[in-house]
Amino acid sequence: MKRALPTAAVLVFFLGPLAWQLLTSLWPEAELTRPLPSALTLANYAGLGGTFARAVLNSLLVAAGTTALCLAAGASAAFAIAKLEFRGRSLLLGAALAISMFPPIATVSPLYLALKALGLRDSLAGLVVPYATFALPLTLWLLTSFFRELPDEIYRAALADGCTPWQAFVRVFLPLSWPALATCAILVFIFSWNELLYALSFISTPEKRTIPVAIALFAGEHVEPWGQIAAASVVATLPLAVLTLLFQKRIVAGLTAGAVKE
Amino acid sequence: MMAAPAAAILAGVALVPVLAAAWLSLHRSIVVFHEQRFIGLSNFRFLLEDGRFWSALRTTAYFTAVAVAVELLLGLPVAMLLHRGKGLLRAAVLLPWAIPTAVSARMWAWLFNADYGLLHRLAPGVDWLGSPWTALHAAILVDVWKTTPFVALILLAGLQTIPEDVYEAANADGAGRARTFASITLPLLRPAILVALLFRSLDAFRVFDAIYVLTEGGPANATETLSIYAYKTLMRSGDFGYGSTLSVATFLCVLAIGLLFVRVLGRQR
Repeated sequence: MKRALPTAAVLVFFLGPLAWQLLTSLWPEAELTRPLPSALTLANYAGLGGTFARAVLNSLLVAAGTTALCLAAGASAAFAIAKLEFRGRSLLLGAALAISMFPPIATVSPLYLALKALGLRDSLAGLVVPYATFALPLTLWLLTSFFRELPDEIYRAALADGCTPWQAFVRVFLPLSWPALATCAILVFIFSWNELLYALSFISTPEKRTIPVAIALFAGEHVEPWGQIAAASVVATLPLAVLTLLFQKRIVAGLTAGAVKE
Repeated sequence: MMAAPAAAILAGVALVPVLAAAWLSLHRSIVVFHEQRFIGLSNFRFLLEDGRFWSALRTTAYFTAVAVAVELLLGLPVAMLLHRGKGLLRAAVLLPWAIPTAVSARMWAWLFNADYGLLHRLAPGVDWLGSPWTALHAAILVDVWKTTPFVALILLAGLQTIPEDVYEAANADGAGRARTFASITLPLLRPAILVALLFRSLDAFRVFDAIYVLTEGGPANATETLSIYAYKTLMRSGDFGYGSTLSVATFLCVLAIGLLFVRVLGRQR
């Protein structure tokens, strides 16, 4: 059991702060000055109210919208890059990698002006397309490396059976690729759920805030409502904790795909 | 063309905006006054003499260097632990990476709270977010907590590519643990370490969320990074001309770091 001590240290460092936050969320507001609470309460959760529920819904909508957009545009593109011959396919993949490294602040000002001109500023739909900046490159890389691993013979057999490339993609390759699509969807969902800078810059109506914005700007009338902030944090963390526990293997595989091979 | 929609989206949300930002940076542009006037390189001349820009650049560079170094030093032992550990341990370590940075920063702000925070309860006397030096290092700690898991997972993927029989051979030759680590694990892990270094450096250099939530760049601008300064100039002052100049400067720094890494990685092969 010589690994017990380092394992405990790792768990305390990474999970300790989360445990303290969970305890704070159940701590009666009036007792926060005491060393420990005398009783636990759900009052902080009850006090969160409708605005934060809206933020949860907004985040769900934006993350789901981004995931749908990226899978729809990314799957066929990744298939084309992996299996079809066309000029500029490695350029497209390289550009996607470079774009995923862009600092988001570099595109905030023109995107703000463009969304304003289109009437999409301060709307949830106006967040989905900018989110493709980081989500679409990830989709392309994950799915391209997946399609590359499927043998070319499958593609040639489909063509020999009279399929067009598009039919081969829809009828043969898409049904085979659901595990990769799922991995991709989980990662894109997490990244969109967590995004702050664009949401903070483009959304001004409190009812349209996403969770990270709501939590960043969470303020009380007189003092910081630490108990309620903790409760909101727990609500924001819960879906991700469930995703992480259920799909740990997929997330790890997706995150590190290509990182060590190429 | 099956790749056309994706290519169009990437061009529309990334390539065109970066060029548009460069164009905006050549203007005096205050959005609320609907004022936009071409002024050439004046913003860049101002940038070179702007002490606040150089201070933000120094802060960003320091934040990136220290955070990434600590993450690599911590990530390696964590990766080795995960290599032998169970899936549940992996999921536990993954959790800080998965939650929103805004949430983790608010959580740490409460831990750092000068009156009732957990750190104050355990070791009173330090106002973590109240003085420049501790505030910057508090922000680094938040980044380390949040992203060491990512580094550990990349290194873990590297560890898993090292065949077991290499270790058995070293063992048979009587190599000790330190020797095995230095002459087998580290050299074979080199590609994974470089990849983790690349991703993390570029990511840490654009740091925004953690610092915005933790300190908003304070106290006395001690934690103001390039992204924070550019955000304040754009969104608080509404100065889209000079704000875009700061954005372009940030972009060029990231580009330079990226190219440097690509050269180093290219020489590896």
